[in-house]
Amino acid sequence: MAKPLRRLQSNGIQGGQLQSLCRALVCTRPSSTAAAPPPQTKTSFGNMKDEDRIFTNLYGRHDWKLAGALQRGDWYKTKEIILKGQDWIVKETTKSGLRGRGGAGFPTGMKWGFMNKPGDGRPKYLVVNADEGEPGTCKDREIMRHDPHKLIEGCLVAGAGMGARAAYIYIRGEFYNEASNMQLAINEAYREGLIGRNACGSGYDFDVYMHRGAGAYICGEETALIESLEGKQGKPRLKPPFPADVGVFGCPTTVANVETVAVAPTICRRGADWFASFGRPRNTGTKLFNISGHVNHPCTVEEEMSVPLKLLIEKHAGGVIGGWDNLLAVIPGGSSTPLIPKSVCEDVLMDFDALVEAQTGLGTAAVIVMNKQCDIILAIARLIEFYKHESCGQCTPCREGCSWMNTIMYRFVEGKATPDEIDMLWELSKQIEGHTICALGDGAAWPVQGLIRHFRPLLEGRMADFAAKTAGEKLHGSLELQTRVQLVQITK
Amino acid sequence: MLSSWRTLSKSFSFLRAVGKASQQAGTSVGSRRCFHRAVPLLSDKLFVHRDTPENNADTPFELNQKNLERAKAIMNNYPEGHHTAAVIPILDLAQRQHGWLPISAMNYVADFWRCRECGCMKSATFYTMFNSALTVTCLVSNVLGVKLGETTKDGMFTLSSAECLGACINAPMMQINDNYYEDLSDKDTEEIIDDLIAGKTPKAGPRGGRFSCEPAGGLTTLIEPPKGPGFGVRSDL
Repeated sequence: MAKPLRRLQSNGIQGGQLQSLCRALVCTRPSSTAAAPPPQTKTSFGNMKDEDRIFTNLYGRHDWKLAGALQRGDWYKTKEIILKGQDWIVKETTKSGLRGRGGAGFPTGMKWGFMNKPGDGRPKYLVVNADEGEPGTCKDREIMRHDPHKLIEGCLVAGAGMGARAAYIYIRGEFYNEASNMQLAINEAYREGLIGRNACGSGYDFDVYMHRGAGAYICGEETALIESLEGKQGKPRLKPPFPADVGVFGCPTTVANVETVAVAPTICRRGADWFASFGRPRNTGTKLFNISGHVNHPCTVEEEMSVPLKLLIEKHAGGVIGGWDNLLAVIPGGSSTPLIPKSVCEDVLMDFDALVEAQTGLGTAAVIVMNKQCDIILAIARLIEFYKHESCGQCTPCREGCSWMNTIMYRFVEGKATPDEIDMLWELSKQIEGHTICALGDGAAWPVQGLIRHFRPLLEGRMADFAAKTAGEKLHGSLELQTRVQLVQITK
Repeated sequence: MLSSWRTLSKSFSFLRAVGKASQQAGTSVGSRRCFHRAVPLLSDKLFVHRDTPENNADTPFELNQKNLERAKAIMNNYPEGHHTAAVIPILDLAQRQHGWLPISAMNYVADFWRCRECGCMKSATFYTMFNSALTVTCLVSNVLGVKLGETTKDGMFTLSSAECLGACINAPMMQINDNYYEDLSDKDTEEIIDDLIAGKTPKAGPRGGRFSCEPAGGLTTLIEPPKGPGFGVRSDL
């Protein structure tokens, strides 16, 4: 795909035409989910009532401990849910249309179903991914410090759904106080017999353990997380074997995001149809959105899926700083998703399918807003610096490519480059994407691709400015501006 | 090793650029010669151990009684035969006890589990939260007069840049030991550092009047009190 695009770009086909071509390419990509979506009947999204929100203590205004959790309806009829059986829980989850909330959006019911193969005597494990490190994302933190019992009950229900013996919650090391809240809540649950031997009196034995990491973004990747949980360096494993066959400690494992696990009990309690009534078909449910960046009131909020991006920003985050017309671009799903310019933001819906159509992704639904006062090239360069730092160094395209992209991007920030290097960077990002064991390489390549796709004139303009400043000399390399000016003077 | 390679390749591209520049102009750069200097390895990037008087295999280190009990409790979280999974939590305990991780602490932890010493060190150097040089885990702002990666003379503060701390809604923020200080202004930051120097522990959390991640302009959701148990529960349960 890289080569024809590059040719098109150098032939002067840009902007709208290229965009529609890319959109066509993206649209024809086969989907791993259901063949044809059910017809859409609902037309307006984003008017949720408080009574339908799952995370009722998101802002920590109520008691987070067991007494408060019981008052808010957690641990209600959990025993009955478990007694309904493994297949019932998986069926309800599948019917609800819940898709993984950690970024990839894999159908949760199907994933849990992979665990229900005939057993071979090995115990099965549920691993909860609480290594929240995607820049822009801070939703799991709020769940763990303000609603820890939702997560523990979720572990039990999800664990019962896949016949797991125990759950390990892998939390990032920096979240010390959150881990401490979780551990206190786990202790309470053990004391009350809600987990442990004969959990909730259902006859099912289930343990929940906390495991603190030690600061590595890559450990949020499912196989790297498994490696790290085993005490090794967090370097992703090759798949297959998939974790559902050989996971943590060599046993069948499912790795799931905190939010995915924490909504499971409420889905089972209130019914799959209730959950599926929010959002568009195939993108159902409610979701925690983090809105940060250049908005008046950055916040975390639980909203319906498929809520329009504009409504989300205007209603909950107090609008863009300087007004909606001052908006430059939005990164809709955490740092690794490509940005979308204002023209797309006007009417895009915040769900998996709509954002893929807009050549980006829902990711973790961490909306990063950038207004016109923001140097967007510098912002993307800083993101690439992040990926350069966090690359585990296992695969060459990612290890070397991220360093290169970082160097090139910082030259672009000042404009120390020629326009053909934009195509070079595009090709470089295409060489990283899809050629690594895990998705970190893809995540590093996409922000750059998004920038080139939508802001090529800006990049070229800055290069022209720089060339004018250095008397028209087009020097390459990463020399400091002053050195370059001196060099030009000497050589004249 | 990796970073020295990077430095080397950087300096190559620098020289190449100079050469190219002079080639393009058709003249030589003359007597100007470009020198480069290796970037000093700071504590957050140091992967190679070199013995120093403070940090060598004979540096006394042993977990104290309380931490030993904690270590045993942590070990019981993992299935039989997989106790090495506890390496990272125990290294964290060791660091909390000692303030930083000398090589002898890594060897101690490795001995404890009878796992290979290099394996333990591999883990310790992979994760950014472990300080394998003489530092105190602290994240403070520029008011201390230290550059990124440096430690103040009294050894009280080390300033390091963390990549993502997962609190974007409450930015700008910093982490001091285990606590998050959020929604900071310049004044707040100076106040916090002054408190720390005076030996006090400032109150953690957001500074601008928020409690956590709610919008500062007033609540837009969760205004009603939460419904009690049984609300909306399906009839067949």
